[in-house]
Amino acid sequence: MDKNEVLARVQEIFRDILDEESIILTSETTANDVDEWDSLSHIQLIVAIEKSFKIKFTSREILSWKDVGEMVDNINAKLA
Amino acid sequence: MKSFKELKKNLKIDLSSLPILKIALLGDTATQFLATAIRGIGADRGYNIDLYEADFNQVERQFMDPTSELYAFNADYIVVFQSTHKLLSKYSEMPVEKQHELADERLQFIQMISNSIQSRIIYFNFPEIDDVVFGSYANKVNSSFTYQIRKLNYELMNLSIQNANLFICDIAALQNKLGRDVMFDSSVYVSTEMILSIDSVPYVASRTLDIICAALGKFKKCLILDLDNTVWGGVIGDDGLENIQIGHGLGIGKAFTEFQQWVKKLKNRGIIIAVCSKNNEETAKEPFEKHPDMVLRLDDIAVFVANWDNKADNIRQIQSILNIGFDSMVFLDDNPFERNIVRENVPAITVPELPEDPGEYLEYLYSLNLFETVSYSNADSERTKQYQVESQRVSLQKSFTNEAEFLKSLDMISEVRPFDKFNAPRVAQLSQRSNQFNLRTMRYTEADIEKISKENLYKNFSFTLSDKFGENGLICVIIMEKENQEILFVNSWFMSCRVLKRGMENFTLNTMVKYAKENGFKKIVGEYISTQKNKMVEDHYQRLGFSPLNEQDRNLYIMDVSNYEERECYITTK
Repeated sequence: MDKNEVLARVQEIFRDILDEESIILTSETTANDVDEWDSLSHIQLIVAIEKSFKIKFTSREILSWKDVGEMVDNINAKLA
Repeated sequence: MKSFKELKKNLKIDLSSLPILKIALLGDTATQFLATAIRGIGADRGYNIDLYEADFNQVERQFMDPTSELYAFNADYIVVFQSTHKLLSKYSEMPVEKQHELADERLQFIQMISNSIQSRIIYFNFPEIDDVVFGSYANKVNSSFTYQIRKLNYELMNLSIQNANLFICDIAALQNKLGRDVMFDSSVYVSTEMILSIDSVPYVASRTLDIICAALGKFKKCLILDLDNTVWGGVIGDDGLENIQIGHGLGIGKAFTEFQQWVKKLKNRGIIIAVCSKNNEETAKEPFEKHPDMVLRLDDIAVFVANWDNKADNIRQIQSILNIGFDSMVFLDDNPFERNIVRENVPAITVPELPEDPGEYLEYLYSLNLFETVSYSNADSERTKQYQVESQRVSLQKSFTNEAEFLKSLDMISEVRPFDKFNAPRVAQLSQRSNQFNLRTMRYTEADIEKISKENLYKNFSFTLSDKFGENGLICVIIMEKENQEILFVNSWFMSCRVLKRGMENFTLNTMVKYAKENGFKKIVGEYISTQKNKMVEDHYQRLGFSPLNEQDRNLYIMDVSNYEERECYITTK
C-alpha cells in the first residue's frame, strides 16, 4: 500500500469517527487543524486505525507523532 | 451491542422530549468515555440523562464534604467506579504488614458512603488483575492481591445485602465474559488515564443502565419459547418423540438440556415461561409429558400456545392472558423468519438474534443480561402457578352468567397489614413491577419502604388476596400521607393486574375510608399521574365516587368520607 492509499484510508476513518464528512487530511495536518480532533477523540482514532489496518501501536509511538504524515509513516512501516 | 462511536452519535439527537434521569458518576480514573456511553445507552432506553461527572479522582471528597457538588446535584443514582487498577497501585505502596487489610479498608469506605447518602448507589465491583507475584500460591496467602480482591468482591455482596440502597454492578462478571485483554487497553490507559477499552465501555454502560432501568420498572417478566430446534433438537412432528435431540451424553442434545436448565432457573426466579409453537397442541405437549430427559415440564409453562396461526397473533393472545406489557417480554426462536415477523408486528418485544448453532445459545444469552432485577422475594417462585390458576378462574367464570355470583363463589379473603420487614421486599417489588394499575407510578426500594413504615406522616396498607383456587400473595399497596388533621393524600395506589375485576378496588377503598373515619380524617384526596401505560386507571377515582378537586386540575380528586357508603364487594378480611 503506498503512502497516499494509507492517507486516504486514514482520512475515511477520521471522517467516520469524528462524524464530519468535510475533513481533508494531508501529511502536514495536525490536531490544531481539525476542530473535532481533541485528546479524547485522538484515542478513538488510534483504536479505529489499529483495527482497520490490523496493527498495534506502542504507547511511545502514539505520543511521538507531530502530524498526520508521521502517523501514516508509522502505519506504513508496520505494514511493510 | 452498539459501538462507542454509535452511542456518541446518539447524543446529537434531540432528547428533550424524553424523561430526565439524574445520574452522578464518580471515578478514580478518567471517566469521560463511560459518561458518554451511559448517556448514549440512556437515550436508547428512553431517557435523557442529566449526568454529573465529578472531577477526576474525587470519590472521597465528594462523599465526605456535605457542601460538595455531588450533594448539590441531588442525583437519582450515583455510579461509583473505583478501579482495580488504582486499588492495585495502592496495595503495592502499602507496607507489607498492612496489605492483608486492603479489602476491609475499602469495605469500610463503601459502608460509609452508603450510610452518608439517601440516593441509590451503583458500585462497580472489581474485575481481577492477577499480578502473579505469588503465582497460584496467592490463593494460600491472605495478604496477596488475588486473595484481597476476591475477598473484597465476596464481602461487597454481603454489604449490598445489608444496605438496601447499595447495588453492585457486576463488571467482574463482565470481564469474565469479555476477557481482561478486551476489557483493558494499555494504549487507551497510557494516553487517557481511562482503564476501560473503547470496545468494553458500551457493555459497562449497558450493565449500569440495566440496574437503573430495572429500578424504574423497565425489566423483563416473561420468556416466550418456540419449541422445535429451540427447546429441543429436531422437529417433534416429523422426527417423533424418540428422535428429538435432548439429554446428556455426546452430541447436541446436552446443549438443549442445559438451555432448559437455564429456563427452569428463570422460572424458579419468577420469570413467566410461555410456549408459542407452530405445531398441533397434542404433539407439542408430548415431550413435556413423556420424554424422560426433558427438564421443563408442563407445570413450568404458564401459557401454552401451539397451533398453526401466525406467531405475532399468538403472542398477542399470550399477552392478553398475562396482562403485562409487550416490552416486558422476550421471544426466543431459532427461525430468523419467525423472529422477523414477531419483531415487525409486536414492536416493543425483545427478540434476540439467536446464533445458528444451538451449542452457542447459552453463551450468547449470557452476554445479553436480559433479566436484570432490583428485587427478589420468595413469592416470585409462585408466579407461574398463579397464572395457571388464573386460567382456571377464567374457565369457571364462563359458567356463571352473573358476575356477582361468580365473585361470591370464589370465597375471596384478603389480609390487610401495615408494611413490615417481612413484606417490604414484595411491596417494593410490586411498586417496580406495576405499570398499568398504578395511579402515580412512584417506585420504591426496600429502603424507601422501611423508611415509610417508620414515619408517622404516612399510613400504609398492604393487601393479599386468596380464593378457593389459591394464593395470589401481596397484590395491592396503599400509601397515604397525612396532609393535615383532616386530609389524607393518596401518595401511592398500585395493584397487580392479576386481580383485576375482583372488586379489590372497592375492598381497598372501604379499608381506607374506615381508617379515615376512625382517625378523624374528613377527606381523601387522590391523584392520577398519566404515563404511557396506566390509561387503565384514568377514571379510577371517578368510578369510585370521587369528584374532581377543582376545574383547573383534572388529575386531582376528592372524597368526603362522612357521606361514604361502603362499596359492595365479596372479599372478607382475614
